[in-house]
Amino acid sequence: MKRSHEPIFWSLFGAGGVLSALLAPILILITGIITPIGVWMPVQALDYARVLAFAQHWIGKALLLAVISLFLFHAAHRIYHGLHDIGVHAGTGTMTAAYGGALVGTLVSAYLLISIGF
Amino acid sequence: MARVKTFIRPMEGWWRKNPFFVRYMIREGSSVFLAIYAVILLVGLLRLTQGEAAYDAWRVAVASPLSLLFHWLALLTVGYHAYTWWKVSPKTAPDIFIAGRPIPELVISGGGWLATIGASILIYIIVRWM
Repeated sequence: MKRSHEPIFWSLFGAGGVLSALLAPILILITGIITPIGVWMPVQALDYARVLAFAQHWIGKALLLAVISLFLFHAAHRIYHGLHDIGVHAGTGTMTAAYGGALVGTLVSAYLLISIGF
Repeated sequence: MARVKTFIRPMEGWWRKNPFFVRYMIREGSSVFLAIYAVILLVGLLRLTQGEAAYDAWRVAVASPLSLLFHWLALLTVGYHAYTWWKVSPKTAPDIFIAGRPIPELVISGGGWLATIGASILIYIIVRWM
């Protein structure tokens, strides 16, 4: 019997589920709502120099890569398996698009985090 | 060959007829918002590598009304995902026993909810004051 690759994707889905359950609400609130409008968080909190220093630190790199990559893999798994619910046949093409997209996002993030320097 | 006209039960809007399925679709739908949010961060990272002017242009775009609307919807749906993720965690996590007794479901879910609240407060403090 052909070995299933489902456990790999389920692990990434689970890891992304935990990480997004822990961090996604506060991250969305900070980067997308309160800092842009400057309420409860000074606009300067996400200034260029500060965020650049964060992305150049190894802890910042690890966090950014984990957040972007695992959020994408979590979403890819849910969207792929949810296609059936909205009447779209899930096959090799949709699977490649879902997980392939998450993989491309991961590789691009890793490349950017390396190219941004240390 | 004539087309067979077998009755096929229409499935259009099946989930709107039952509140349980509506909640299911909101939870699953939160992943679309999560994916778009990850892409927004990825674009921000790309703009960061291109210098201060590019990064500031990204920040202006994130502060636009359409972006703010998106982030509010993302916050609500992904927040609902966070709530449900810990709510079902007693069923998805391996059974843990202490002194031969299983840990009550509310303790496991509650631990997750508290972890999210704690991590959120910690990140807020770090971003604001450190």
